[in-house]
Amino acid sequence: MNGKPVIQLVDVEKSFGPQHVLRGTNLSISEGKTTVIVGGSGTGKSIIIKHILGLISPDRGKVLVYGKDINNIRKKELRGIRTNFGVLFQNSALFDSMTVFDNVALPLRERTKTPEKEIGDIVNEKLALMDIKGSNEKYPAQISGGMKKRVGLARALVLNPKIVFFDEPTTGLDVAKSNEIYRVFFRSQARLGYTAVIVSHDVPKIFKLADYVALLYNGVVQDYLTPEEFQLSDNPVIKDFVETTMGTLYSSKSMEGE
Amino acid sequence: MLRFFEKIGEVSLYYVNQAGRMGIFLFYSFISTFKPPYKIAPIIKQTYIIGTLSIFVILFTGAFTGMVLGLQGHNTLRKFGADGLLGSAVALSLIRELGPVLAALMVTGRAGSAICAEIGIMRISEQIDALDCMAIDPHKYIMVPKFVAGIIALPLLTSIFDVVGIFGGYLVGVGLLGANEGAYFSSIYKTVEFKDIYMGLVKSLCFGLLIVWICSAKGYFVHLERGAGFGAEGVSRVTTSAVVLSSVSILVFDFFLTSVLI
Repeated sequence: MNGKPVIQLVDVEKSFGPQHVLRGTNLSISEGKTTVIVGGSGTGKSIIIKHILGLISPDRGKVLVYGKDINNIRKKELRGIRTNFGVLFQNSALFDSMTVFDNVALPLRERTKTPEKEIGDIVNEKLALMDIKGSNEKYPAQISGGMKKRVGLARALVLNPKIVFFDEPTTGLDVAKSNEIYRVFFRSQARLGYTAVIVSHDVPKIFKLADYVALLYNGVVQDYLTPEEFQLSDNPVIKDFVETTMGTLYSSKSMEGE
Repeated sequence: MLRFFEKIGEVSLYYVNQAGRMGIFLFYSFISTFKPPYKIAPIIKQTYIIGTLSIFVILFTGAFTGMVLGLQGHNTLRKFGADGLLGSAVALSLIRELGPVLAALMVTGRAGSAICAEIGIMRISEQIDALDCMAIDPHKYIMVPKFVAGIIALPLLTSIFDVVGIFGGYLVGVGLLGANEGAYFSSIYKTVEFKDIYMGLVKSLCFGLLIVWICSAKGYFVHLERGAGFGAEGVSRVTTSAVVLSSVSILVFDFFLTSVLI
């Protein structure tokens, strides 16, 4: 694996009532790379992200971000770690009583002392990077789902974070819109060089963006591999996942040997 | 039988938990008030929402409360030949008790429910999580302006309620029922002391804090509410329970505050 790990999940277990979602999950995410977490619906992919963000604490195990156990630090320190984060939520989580402009400007206004004029320039630049023009004064309810995701992404990136989380960035969008999201993701990552953690169902398309793929199955991360290795893996669970989601695109060496 | 005790234990634990959560919530909100940056604009906005927008309701209820006090007071006091004390009876009941309590109940119904629903919706649509992830303290950003606004608005609204009520009592007692005009105001002047006004203001200040605390904490913890359900239904149930709890707490606290301040 290239790059040092910035996020590590060590034997994380989490239950919600009788539902045992994570059963000793281990995952190590490399700096500057794009990691995609895949798996069936309801397997706990988003729960992994919420653990890393410190929104949920594990029943057992540790979540380390920059080497610090985020469940055993002071609130202030956790906030310090979170200053490195940018998050695109599944439903965008835009502030619905604020305009598009104010949504993107919020982190700048609350976390920095940037003058209002400069805030305007930064926000407009980020919105332009996301191909959003002329919607500054609109409210989230007045824009489309794809646009909401892009505004969410602009807001996530406005403070140039080091780690960006994408919780199902293209779910509910048509092919053209999801391609658009991928394009802006690709463009922004090339420019800002952040570590990306993506939870997605959009297999195999998402593999094009991934440096590493992790499959969550039965509460355990099966493996952490490059997309090529993933598709050629001998792990029966991964093999089964690859075949159901994309058919047998590559034939693995073991199959060739047979 | 065992199941019965289990249930009692479960419910008790839930309420102890909830009390702890709400206590910590108040503590964090209090601490956050003194942390920079200090922004005035959100406080003004919230004071407008909680205070200014409640003025009409306060004027209306204040006037009618004063009027009914005038009516009842005049009829009762006349029996003892003490209708000259009508002003004093109306003013003291309003300033010491009815003003703070009724104004607080009105604000709970109008602004408290709105606070709870707003924060509850922010919770269920992950907007509060988004704030957390952006390293913006939700207590500082959402709660503090509401707390400060509640503390500013309630004493002012209560004062308006009292004044309008006294004139309402005058309108009915003097205007309609023919009590002596001079006696009405002079009895107020003679009997109302600073201690009475102080008591009313302290009460209204505490009620302001109580309303914002209960309503915002209920909304903030909507996802942890027992049996509230999820989504819009959860928010609607939690809003109802916040209004009920605030109203009951106002009356309970009123008793304790009176016993301390009297």
